[in-house]
Amino acid sequence: MINTLHSITRSSIDIEKIRMDFPILSRKVNGKPLIYLDNGATAQKPTKVIDAINTFYTHQNANIHRGVHTLSQELTTAYENARITIQKHINAAFPHELIFTKGTTDSINLVAHSFGKKFISSGDEIIISAMEHHSNILPWQQLGEEKGALLKIIPINVEGELLMAEFEKLLTAKTKLVAVTHVSNTLGTINPVKEIIRLAHTKNIPVLIDGAQAVPHQNVDVRDLDADFYCFSAHKLFGPTGVGILYGKEKWLNLLPPYQTGGGAIKTVTFEKTEYADLPFKFEAGTPHIAGGLGLAAAIDYINEIGLTNIAAYEHELLIYATNALEKINGLKIIGTAKEKASVISFVVEGLHAFDIGTLLDQLGIAIRTGHHCTQPLMNYYNIQSTLRVSISFYNTKEEIDELIKGLSQAIKMLT
Amino acid sequence: MNIEETEQEIIDEFEIFDDWMQKYEYLIDLGKSLPLIDHQYKTDEKLIRGCQSKVWMHSELKAGNVIYTADSDAIITKGMVALMVRVLSNHTPTEIVNANLHFIEKIGLTKHLSPTRSNGLVSMIKQMKLDALVYQQKINN
Repeated sequence: MINTLHSITRSSIDIEKIRMDFPILSRKVNGKPLIYLDNGATAQKPTKVIDAINTFYTHQNANIHRGVHTLSQELTTAYENARITIQKHINAAFPHELIFTKGTTDSINLVAHSFGKKFISSGDEIIISAMEHHSNILPWQQLGEEKGALLKIIPINVEGELLMAEFEKLLTAKTKLVAVTHVSNTLGTINPVKEIIRLAHTKNIPVLIDGAQAVPHQNVDVRDLDADFYCFSAHKLFGPTGVGILYGKEKWLNLLPPYQTGGGAIKTVTFEKTEYADLPFKFEAGTPHIAGGLGLAAAIDYINEIGLTNIAAYEHELLIYATNALEKINGLKIIGTAKEKASVISFVVEGLHAFDIGTLLDQLGIAIRTGHHCTQPLMNYYNIQSTLRVSISFYNTKEEIDELIKGLSQAIKMLT
Repeated sequence: MNIEETEQEIIDEFEIFDDWMQKYEYLIDLGKSLPLIDHQYKTDEKLIRGCQSKVWMHSELKAGNVIYTADSDAIITKGMVALMVRVLSNHTPTEIVNANLHFIEKIGLTKHLSPTRSNGLVSMIKQMKLDALVYQQKINN
């Protein structure tokens, strides 16, 4: 059973106004009003973000950190202000602890490469969990193959919750890093990452948190969590694609060697030797995704106008509403029933293929995700090929959930 | 009936449907029909890997024509598989290699051919044509 305590706090969301902020929500798909319930894959963009990107290309474009001319200097200030916006949003100690990357996957790859190069050797162990996205498995698997290090997996129970006692047993002198997801993209489980970090730190083991699915739904305070690394993508946070953040504690980022090398990441270069720039530029070789950084800051400003506390409360209401309605459908089984859940619901329908149901829902203008959600080991654990996944955002409504339920019933009727 | 004639026959069949529901109901009915492949061929070796639905396909050459049998674990995919088999099976390798399969667009299923769909249909057409190409070369040698 989902913890219903949150829902006591009634949300204060002006849903009609919010929906007006997202132009795409007024379009039709297959002749029907779009019902977008695939927010775990990517979130839609508010006008504020689209305007920020538009303003950049129409009024601000130049290269940053390089020019003496006005455009370059203005834009450098705007870009660095964007970094400060993000820093404040996740309560990092310094702006230079925020590295602009291509996204969560890129952020994890950066740490796997640079941390791995310096700190991982044969026989070492890296702990991940059974519910990780492939993006938080493959970089470590690859590193393990290169260095002869081993992956250790925190098991889960059938509800989709980490077995914390097992996790504690995995923490040994061989453990060099723990990398776990904050919120499962498939199950919606909110993991006790603060406790995971606390336990790992008792043995001086650093922790990386994949926050891709957490930041759109809740306030994240990296200092309160005491996370060593925290990764997320702009596009799931109502910002542009192709940009993301690696937060790293200053002490760790200073210890790590650069990931990619090139322009902008240096102090001095001779053909014999290069002296690298200070943080954050050491990790930001090449001209960055400037529009992306500005768009992400605009997205953060936007969600802060609404307030993540309001967002979390409203999404929780919708989660409970949708869960209750889905459970009433004959033969439908929800996969992932953790006590602490974000607004993500995976399910299967007995005897039916997720692809067939998803195809029919699409005809009704309802966008949900079907498949393994890049979590094949998790699918193996549940002994299923795929699920249907509904992931809800604060611009969704109870009426849309009603339409989903109607559509599902219709699809199931057609298929059986 | 040659490949183009079969394609036209399917286009005509789909034209009578008024809305998407009838079209998909027809595909589902095709999909629900008995497995199209001999159970012995439903092996990993015959599996065409798509991201979301599995498609098994087997081909053999009989009297100069390629005979296809196939199956899928998803009903709608299976319906589409049935259409593909109906169009391409029992034709010469050269006819199959040269088929342009315009009926898929005409019956409004083009979106199932987009590379992101990953339902196995694109891979299946590719594999059917590849098999035909192999038989074509065998015959020519």
